[in-house]
Amino acid sequence: MAPVKVFGPAMSTNVARVLVCLEEVGAEYEVVDVDFDAGEHKRPEHLARNPFGQTPAFQDGQLMLFESRAISRHVLRKYKTEEVNLLREGNLQESALVDVWLDVEAHQYNPAISPIIYQHYLIPMRGGTPDQKLISKSMEKMKKLLDVYEARLSKFKYLAGDFVSLADLSHFPYTYYFMATPYVSAFDSYPSVKAWWESLMSRPAVQKVISQLPKQ
Amino acid sequence: MAPVKVFGPAMSTNVARVLVCLEEVGAEYEVVNIDFQAMEHKSPEHLARNPFGQIPAFQDGDIVLFESRAIAKYVLRKYSKSAGVDLLREGDLKEAAMVDVWTEVEAHTYNPALSPVVYECLIYPAMRGVPTNQKVVEESLEKLKKVLDVYEARLSKHDYLAGDFLSFADLNHFPYTHYFMGTPHASLFDAYPHVKAWWERLAARPSVKKISANMPLKF
Repeated sequence: MAPVKVFGPAMSTNVARVLVCLEEVGAEYEVVDVDFDAGEHKRPEHLARNPFGQTPAFQDGQLMLFESRAISRHVLRKYKTEEVNLLREGNLQESALVDVWLDVEAHQYNPAISPIIYQHYLIPMRGGTPDQKLISKSMEKMKKLLDVYEARLSKFKYLAGDFVSLADLSHFPYTYYFMATPYVSAFDSYPSVKAWWESLMSRPAVQKVISQLPKQ
Repeated sequence: MAPVKVFGPAMSTNVARVLVCLEEVGAEYEVVNIDFQAMEHKSPEHLARNPFGQIPAFQDGDIVLFESRAIAKYVLRKYSKSAGVDLLREGDLKEAAMVDVWTEVEAHTYNPALSPVVYECLIYPAMRGVPTNQKVVEESLEKLKKVLDVYEARLSKHDYLAGDFLSFADLNHFPYTHYFMGTPHASLFDAYPHVKAWWERLAARPSVKKISANMPLKF
């Protein structure tokens, strides 16, 4: 079986989301860079993989996919075993809770955290100054979210319940970059969230993806 | 079996997202209004259902859920066999993946381009008495045109987004597009004949007609 291919820069958060899932299931894969600076993402070859010109894109034999959470679902579904079942699609209640907290990541957590990552990392890379007002606003939103996460994670080991799932793993990429900003101390007020994050970080799959990230 | 409960106003887009799926599988359900004016969404009773104080929330016996797409998928999974309806295609790796892809596109690409037009033209003037911000509308319409270019290409190859079968991906587009058609910019879709035809197929579905009846375009 040919390794699956993930198209996009290895340091990209959304690429990392897919890679951590591939590592969790032990699938063989190849990362194929897409050179944004050279406009590669807008050229016909890449548009054929992702018509919106974004990354990641993904190829599994004849199947071409895009949208990192959709790709992640496919990977976890295809390579699922008794031991590695991160979607719980055989169980109505468990799969629903995975979906709930994955949607929370996508629609609440990500919109709060990503402006901080963007301002802190990407703006200086382009010679600009981070917008502190925007960062403060995002931090306020983050704190309100973390209040809810703290309540949840003080009851359950993981977001969907007492089992790790895609809902937890989906938080890894942006949170990893956040932890290297000066704003990391915000997590100190949330001991259950902090413990949950540390348990995610200790997963071999997560450590493997981190070790493959280009140095800052 | 007690009917399931959906908490939130029937005219809300995200409530409608759940209701159209309940209709598609023919499940019995009750809509329980949440009074935003009275801050009911922030009451302890509602926060116990949805800790973010949003709608919809959902209850099926002991199971309490929130986030409209998660609720909708639960409904489709639970009732699909008995209804003889398969809108998620989880039995087929390739089809399920395509449903997921276009469900994500609706959430992360289509909706962010289209919904500001709905908010500026319909919702904010009616609910907050503020005038339409034309700049936001113009910028959103430009983004939406680029998105619809891609949809036109896709829907000229397949009848529906995930392939030649109706799926959850298509139904997700219904609520906000319904309201978009009540803005002065509805005719934008005329430039995209396959998209327009796809929308008309969706709008003609009995489930969509039934839920649309509770979503007045003037409010």
